[in-house]
Amino acid sequence: MKPAPFDYVRAASVAEAVSALAGDPGAKVLAGGQSLVPLLSMRLAAPSLLVDINEVPGLADVTVEETGVRVGALARHAAVLDSDDVRRVQPLVSLALAHVAHATIRNRGTTVGSLVHADAAAEMPVVLRLLGGSVEVEGSAGRRTIAADDLYLGPLESSLAHDEVAVSALFPALAPGAGVAFDEIARRHGDYAMAGAAALVDGDAVRVGYLSVSDVPTVVDLTGVPDDELGEAALARLEPMDDIHATATYRAQLVRVLTARVVAAARSHAAAHDQQEAR
Amino acid sequence: MGQPVQRVEDQRFLRGLGRYVDDVDTGPGTLHAAVLRSPHAHARILDIDVEAVLDLDGVHAVYTHDDLTGPMAEPLPLLIPHPALTHGRTQHALAKDEVNYVGEAIAFVVADDRYVAEDAVARIVVTYDVLPPVVGLEAARAGERLVHDDVPGNLAARLEQEVGDARAAIAAAPHRLELDLTIERSACMPLEGRGTVARWEPDLDRLQLWTSTQTSTGVRAAVAVKLGLDLGQVDVITPDVGGGFGVKVVHPWPEELLVPYAARALGRPVKFTEDRREHFISSAHERGQVQHVEVGFDDDGRVLGLDVEFWHDNGAYTPYGLIVPIITSTQLLGPYKPGAYRVVFESLYTNTVIVTPYRGAGRPQGCYAMERTMDAVAAYLGKDRTEVRAANFIQPDEFPYDHGLVFQDGRELEYDSGDYPASLEKLKELVGWDDFPAYQREMAAQGRRVGIGLACYVEGTGVGPYEGAHVHVETSGKVKVATGLTTQGQGHATVFAQLVADELGVRFEDVEVVTGDTRRMPYAVGTYASRAAVMSGSAVHLAARRAKEKALRIAADALEADPADLQIVDGVVSVKGAPDSAIDLGTVSVLSNPLRYAFDEASKAATQFSVGDNSLPPVPEDEEPGLEGKDFYSPPRATFASGMHAVIVETDPETAEVTILKYAVVHDCGHLINPMIVEGQIHGGVAQGIGGALYERMAYDESGQLLNASFMDFLMPYVTEIPDGIDIDHLETPSPLNPLGIKGAGEAGVIPSAAVFAAAIEDAEGLAIRAMPISPSDLHTLRLSQEHPR
Ligand SMILES: Cc1cc2nc3c(=O)[nH]c(=O)nc-3n(C[C@H](O)[C@H](O)[C@H](O)COP(=O)(O)OP(=O)(O)OC[C@H]3O[C@@H](n4cnc5c(N)ncnc54)[C@H](O)[C@@H]3O)c2cc1C
Repeated sequence: MKPAPFDYVRAASVAEAVSALAGDPGAKVLAGGQSLVPLLSMRLAAPSLLVDINEVPGLADVTVEETGVRVGALARHAAVLDSDDVRRVQPLVSLALAHVAHATIRNRGTTVGSLVHADAAAEMPVVLRLLGGSVEVEGSAGRRTIAADDLYLGPLESSLAHDEVAVSALFPALAPGAGVAFDEIARRHGDYAMAGAAALVDGDAVRVGYLSVSDVPTVVDLTGVPDDELGEAALARLEPMDDIHATATYRAQLVRVLTARVVAAARSHAAAHDQQEAR
Repeated sequence: MGQPVQRVEDQRFLRGLGRYVDDVDTGPGTLHAAVLRSPHAHARILDIDVEAVLDLDGVHAVYTHDDLTGPMAEPLPLLIPHPALTHGRTQHALAKDEVNYVGEAIAFVVADDRYVAEDAVARIVVTYDVLPPVVGLEAARAGERLVHDDVPGNLAARLEQEVGDARAAIAAAPHRLELDLTIERSACMPLEGRGTVARWEPDLDRLQLWTSTQTSTGVRAAVAVKLGLDLGQVDVITPDVGGGFGVKVVHPWPEELLVPYAARALGRPVKFTEDRREHFISSAHERGQVQHVEVGFDDDGRVLGLDVEFWHDNGAYTPYGLIVPIITSTQLLGPYKPGAYRVVFESLYTNTVIVTPYRGAGRPQGCYAMERTMDAVAAYLGKDRTEVRAANFIQPDEFPYDHGLVFQDGRELEYDSGDYPASLEKLKELVGWDDFPAYQREMAAQGRRVGIGLACYVEGTGVGPYEGAHVHVETSGKVKVATGLTTQGQGHATVFAQLVADELGVRFEDVEVVTGDTRRMPYAVGTYASRAAVMSGSAVHLAARRAKEKALRIAADALEADPADLQIVDGVVSVKGAPDSAIDLGTVSVLSNPLRYAFDEASKAATQFSVGDNSLPPVPEDEEPGLEGKDFYSPPRATFASGMHAVIVETDPETAEVTILKYAVVHDCGHLINPMIVEGQIHGGVAQGIGGALYERMAYDESGQLLNASFMDFLMPYVTEIPDGIDIDHLETPSPLNPLGIKGAGEAGVIPSAAVFAAAIEDAEGLAIRAMPISPSDLHTLRLSQEHPR
């Protein structure tokens, strides 16, 4: 389990990283390495160049903005999870992060890395989609903002161009009176889930995002669906996958259970949130 | 003995100071090996092209089967032949013409480092003629495709044993039941994989080999033969071993031969450290069986006749013979005495990783078959499950109890001692068996499903042939103990030191134990079959006794006393009742050697004593210089430990997740040397058993690819999946077969897991559980099918 040979450059700035990427079609960004390094070690990926962004200054900030909370590309899962600002401005981020891997992995892995890695089994991509967030990227052609809905093209495939570095992500703030909830079912503590769901309830609007159910993070609008039909309504728009840990039928059952749980929890969160606002 | 002495090993292990094979530093010239493994489950090798490797910088050698000569080119040994193993097959160190499982070794590359070695492996081009694989017992039994062309029906062996006329007894019984059961593959999964380092010493003309094994003497003998060396030219040293659980008793692994072969050829030390994927696809698995049980019984649930047929998946080769299925077929009986018993098994080839003993070694499967049967009998009769078991127990006054069968060691299956009714009473108390129905009703009223299960087992432990020990009292008074079997975390350095401290009369801290080093103890067997405490423990005790006898003899001479009047306490020999008349054991050690090296205080102190008979030579006939004791222990047959587990689980009505609410163990391994260590063994075994029952499986697809060959997808439980508390109670029924009255404890914890979880989930769900392991997804599927009405 040793990687194939690769070149390595430690970028001192985003611009330097971008030009290194642009100069080598086989190059890859190295952030926390918690997804990339295992792929290298098992020789499932063999990039010719690793562009390490860990020394780029100014990328690790977590800041509250008018519309939400911005997470820098080098903010580790652990730092984001620890942030009171994040918890206050958009509690769903904190709720979901608690389910990402184990403490040691959260200490290295970055939240933005997880977003652009685009794993349908990961917690954060679906959270970004559900909240209508975005990722800020910089490439040879300059900076642009990619809306979460445009970010996920397929399994492990994002819409970042080869020479683009994600510099931050924006998780929109929780609207007054809205509520969120997160739940997932994993075989072991800290594992990628067999299925997970995040709910956002805002007035009559009910939306639920699913991880590990389909091959891309998927959000379903369940506004107006009676409570006892939530699960079936969600399933009508999902095609649960089959794998060695769960049959498609079992996943469908988890979708039913999780949908009911997160919608109910998001409603009570909204109610509590409402009361808090009123005070 | 009997004290929960803190493990002397823990300081090192907990502080990261353990020293494993990969930590062995043979210097900067050391080369590193990697193996090209078959990507196909079944294929003929048409060509191997290593051309592209040869010009890679840093590559020193590439070996394929064509490069091997003499015994190295022959198939690996079949370690334990058996007359019923009519079609035993073993692989070659490097595949010859054909590969029979994904992971089989094809080429061996030696390079400057493991990175380069893996680069080189990736450049080897093999041309295969891919053949249809045989995956799973169903395909093996169908026999339409063959693993080995010359093994019809994929049948490696068929063995039948019968006591009485089981089929007639069943036919005549008032009640009859049939059960079809399956249990899937899992594997030992030690956190340290396999590893070997070798150094050829040209000046000494000998080989030094460090390997992560459960039998250093076995590896030594195999390496000597395969490399054409004299036994005396090979030293095998087993440093700390990061878990074995059975897989490391297999020897020699291809790499255990290829590493020293290359080291000698290249004149450089060579190291091989297996990675995790390699461990999954090229070491060994166990457990996979399909079973058919027929049972006839009376109104009390007494089993009048039991007829068991099972099919055992032995993987692609049979280097370890029939040990696993033989153990299943004999240990299935557990604490029970059926009126008549017939058992037949077929051991079948599949194009998958080989099957060799994994902690429990066939017993978990046997226990599963028997205990599922007991539960089915109880359910049929509407009786309490403990009553049906009690009706079938061998009674305490029936020992020794001869089942009339032949056990794994070729000796009769004769239980030496036990008290099963007492164990059951303790277990019922410990788990709250009688109160459970009320609790179950109370929970049901809240919409919660809980269930209880129990399972009983008997484990033949401490099989022969022998184990030895050497005890040496140095002139400092420190005691060095060597025994040849290896240690993979059991705490041998603690328990053997306890035994020596007790028998010799020295302080525990003054005893140091070495295991698994053929330089210190060349005659030894190995650490498996829960035999270390029984075998080496007894040998250590006997060797310490010999050292003590000699010490008393010399001290008696020095103190001018009768040996019978002497005692040894804390390393000082004194005349009972006359504490002033005393001599240190270190001084006795000086006196034991007529050649006095006057380097230390002990030698100076010794000058005040005079020993020996001036009319005799300095070392009289039948005497030896030095204060040492050496002895061997060889029992007539195995000693039979036993135990019973109970578990209470809750199943989620929606998600089918299983939560463990309580786990209780009653355990009888005879006298306890160190109760803390025994409990640690039970904890570890139970944890491993939970893994086997609820989490782990080997997910082979139809083409023979192992889909979950990583810790991401092979779900070994974390500590978070294991209950915080495991309630343990001990019973101590001593064994009459050894001087300490002990029985083995190493494997026990894992034996009843599949059985006990199947029982508890069945009780919670009201669904017959006939296949283990069971995941939430499986349970959900079972709920939907409802096809097994209880
Ligand atoms: C044992 C284990 C368990 C885990 N369990 C979970 C889990 O339950 N849930 C979960 O969500 N994750 C889990 N992870 C993954 C973890 O969250 C990773 O940290 C995360 O997916 C990737 O972040 P990283 O910073 O480590 O990225 P890296 O591994 O460094 O990179 C991942 C990919 O993203 C690209 N990339 C990273 N950052 C950027 C950037 N700024 N711009 C452009 N491209 C970039 C890289 O080029 C690479 O292709 C687990 C990991 C491990 C090892």
